[in-house]
Amino acid sequence: MANVEKDPVSGTQTTGHEWDGIKELDTPLPKWWLMTFYVCIIWSIGYWVVYPSWPTLNDYAKGVFETTNRLEHAKEMEAVKQSRMVWTTKFEGKEISDVAADSELLNYAMAGGRVIFADNCQPCHGASGSGAKNFPVLADDDWIWGGTLDAIQQTILYGIRSGHDEERVSDMPAYVTDETITPEEADKIADYVMSFTGQGTATEEGETLFADYCAMCHAEDGSGLKDMGGPRLNDGIWLYGGGKEAVLSQINKPKHGVMPAWVGRLSETEIKQVAIYVHSLGGGQ
Amino acid sequence: MNQATTATGASEVVYNEDVVRKFVLAATFWGVIGFIAGTFIAFQLAFPALNLGLEWTTFGRLRPVHTSAVIFAFGGSVLFATSFYVVQRTCRAPLFGGPLLANFIFWGYQLFIVLAASGYVLGITQGKEYAEPEWYSDLVITVVWVAYLIAFAGTLMTRRISHIYVANWFYLAFIITIAMLHIGNNITLPVILFGGESFAKSYIWASGVQDAMTQWWYGHNAVGFFLTAGFLGLMYYFVPKQAERPVYSYRLSIIHFWALVFLYIWAGPHHLHYTSLPDWTQTLGMTFSIMLWMPSWGGMINGLMTLSGAWEKLRTDPILRFLIASVAFYGMSTFEGPAMSIKAVNGLSHYTDWTVGHVHSGALGWVAFVSFGALYYLVPKLWNRTRLYSLRLVTYHFWIATIGIVLYITAMWISGIMQGLMWRAYDDLGFLQYSFIESVEAMHPYYVIRACGGVLFVLGALIMLWNFIKTIQGDLRTEDEFVAPQSAAAE
Amino acid sequence: MKHEIFEKNTILLAIAILITVAIGGLVQIVPLYFIDSTIEKVDGVRPYSPLELAGRNIYVREGCYLCHSQQIRPFRDEVERYGHYSLAAESMYDHPFQWGSKRTGPDLARVGGKYSNAWHVAHLIRPQDVVPESVMPMYGFLANKELTFNDAGAHLATLRAAGDPYTDEQIAAAAADFSAQASGEGDVDAVLARYPKAVVGDFDGDPSKITELDALISYLQMLGTLVDFTTFKPEGEMAR
Repeated sequence: MANVEKDPVSGTQTTGHEWDGIKELDTPLPKWWLMTFYVCIIWSIGYWVVYPSWPTLNDYAKGVFETTNRLEHAKEMEAVKQSRMVWTTKFEGKEISDVAADSELLNYAMAGGRVIFADNCQPCHGASGSGAKNFPVLADDDWIWGGTLDAIQQTILYGIRSGHDEERVSDMPAYVTDETITPEEADKIADYVMSFTGQGTATEEGETLFADYCAMCHAEDGSGLKDMGGPRLNDGIWLYGGGKEAVLSQINKPKHGVMPAWVGRLSETEIKQVAIYVHSLGGGQ
Repeated sequence: MNQATTATGASEVVYNEDVVRKFVLAATFWGVIGFIAGTFIAFQLAFPALNLGLEWTTFGRLRPVHTSAVIFAFGGSVLFATSFYVVQRTCRAPLFGGPLLANFIFWGYQLFIVLAASGYVLGITQGKEYAEPEWYSDLVITVVWVAYLIAFAGTLMTRRISHIYVANWFYLAFIITIAMLHIGNNITLPVILFGGESFAKSYIWASGVQDAMTQWWYGHNAVGFFLTAGFLGLMYYFVPKQAERPVYSYRLSIIHFWALVFLYIWAGPHHLHYTSLPDWTQTLGMTFSIMLWMPSWGGMINGLMTLSGAWEKLRTDPILRFLIASVAFYGMSTFEGPAMSIKAVNGLSHYTDWTVGHVHSGALGWVAFVSFGALYYLVPKLWNRTRLYSLRLVTYHFWIATIGIVLYITAMWISGIMQGLMWRAYDDLGFLQYSFIESVEAMHPYYVIRACGGVLFVLGALIMLWNFIKTIQGDLRTEDEFVAPQSAAAE
Repeated sequence: MKHEIFEKNTILLAIAILITVAIGGLVQIVPLYFIDSTIEKVDGVRPYSPLELAGRNIYVREGCYLCHSQQIRPFRDEVERYGHYSLAAESMYDHPFQWGSKRTGPDLARVGGKYSNAWHVAHLIRPQDVVPESVMPMYGFLANKELTFNDAGAHLATLRAAGDPYTDEQIAAAAADFSAQASGEGDVDAVLARYPKAVVGDFDGDPSKITELDALISYLQMLGTLVDFTTFKPEGEMAR
């Protein structure tokens, strides 16, 4: 080419072209660059041979290793299952109370239950079962459906108003809406409920109304009936908020909390572990 | 309106610099907006109260505002400005289609940006990353893009220089490929065609796994062709111009150009490793990403080695420093990318902040820095000033922004790897060690550091804005020349 | 080297570029429509009910996918934390897919049925009330936005054009199904027949009106619940 010249700095020839003052050197490809490029290509070809790779229109090369992400995962999970066998065999078929009575199994269950709780239960029940408004505290002595290991396990397995066949369910009637009682009577009941914790004035009428309409689930003294899922009202622990306003609101327009059934989502071993963990949070009976 | 002219053998060429000036101003404006938006949403992740409890200001709605503002509004305006500037000069031909077409492209593109961004804030989105604009914005940009192709290719075809310069190969590849990707990824059915009431809503024709593959075919190559090929075109002009050196290797430019444009397209599935995308596709995505490593580095070599014989200019020329630092960041990101595409690495990095850090080392370090270099080069030339208002301010911009980037990417490396490790950590008994929320809590300090990095980057851009305003006004700050240390010692 | 021919001819260069960049996409995307094992043959996956679809559109609108994935990878830690890994079949009616690319928050592929509606209401209105460490924005405004979805049929018809197997009956009943599922009143049995496993009832605790919150929660509550994994085995075509 006519305009080829030698660059004085590098000693390399230019290509002879110029664009707006820019010239190009005709430097050969760097050897290390080319070699590395080839190595990458050869490595890729090797990878295609052993793993699933090139498609045709309706199939693809399976690769000589005959493996996939899912098969590798299945192998890993089988290995995990085997390594856990030493523990899981001890859990299987064992009553939860027997698991908790064995200090070794108890430690194991507690270790497993902690993160199961944090990932699955904590969003509602708070860190370490500290609860939130509308979601029960699990670290105290107030249990709506019972705080024994068996009761906790039962609740976790099948949930509360979860739609599962074995669900726990209770239904607080809307007495005011269905005109069983008048708003004035509801007010008296609320006052009476508040008097359990020394915050309201107990009237005789209130007491009678409570005995007629509430005591079958909440017990005459407001200490609750766990078999019925009737919450305790005389301990100053409130699920839907304390104070007369909140109590009145619950009488007028009852809220019914829902807890999902965990059977199916968690394994029975995991449920045992998390039940033991919950039981240990401070309120286990 | 002043038009730059150049004498050729036979006649004078009148370059259209008006459209370049407009896009330079737009790029500066959108850059500042986009960086501020990014910094704001970075603070939202550290302090969620900054979501303000309003539907228009949640992270979910503002994140596309940030990404579109920096990629399409800032990056796009830089590409329009530089491609129009470069193609005219390296073809020694005026922009094809005249001022009318150029103005149509400018205003059409600005309209697209405003349509898209206002949609995001109002909740109008296709829900595909980097392809959020709904069908009506998609149509606007399609028309503008065709006009862009006509103006650019038309200029190439009316060139008065025998060969097409390498920068223009890259710009052309960028324009053509983005057109293909945009159309392929946005095949969507507006509900109004089926009697629906809402004008803005459409459903993407593809679904599930095929839509995922199409999306990352698009998404990865928005990176590959918008943020890489286009900006390599920019590099191939501004680095040799500013360094006043010839391009290092013509042969390398040919091989790495074709290898890059061929291989890049295949890398998309590495965004979908271990998902329900079939394994065969993942294999191809990973292996092509690995093969892409050297073609990417070909661009870095040609950029850096163009400086051979002129390295000392880095001491005295802060504009060249921006350009060369950008190429170094490009080299780092294009090494990190293939590394993260390896399935075993990706298993850890995917879904974490590591990816976010990787993107930003490329976006801030490479794309933004090379753009700043080009803008600093262009502004005095376009407004006929002897030089910038202040080169000292360019130096401040460089260092402040560099510290910002370092804070950003190191914070994201740490938080990303930490997240990945926390999610898969097991205790001695084989139980998960951390709950998800514990990993969220652990990110907080890094999110604060990252946001502070963003503040520095914004600060740098504001310095640049100030420098441009003063330069355009015609002010020249009295400054000592930069002196290289050895010549200072010799005096 | 005869690269010159491309350097001298714009059209040739452009065509060569187009061919070069077209290949990768064609090879990776087209076979996904033809290879049988791409979408696993499992029972239970169905198109979205009108209420779920409205909720999904809100999920898309709010950019939830920017922080939450819907894609559980076949890793030990992910299946232990979130449940069975995701199948391609589970998102086959997702226009667009919402697998996500970032987990600022947890994966949601199997969040359906995991928490109560009341929790979702509390959490969406102010996440920090129930999860103090959360960095999620507040979405209380959804509770105030009444949703009619009068053109639900048109939305279903659009999706049918995109390949989803909605029947004429489903399209005709779309608006009615929408309100029946959100209120639990009306022909609920028909809704369940058309959309098995749909979750029915008032979701946001305010039965007086259907809000965006109702729709979003109805969508969240069905995520990942359609396939019965007790019988799924990663063998043969399922393993791909």
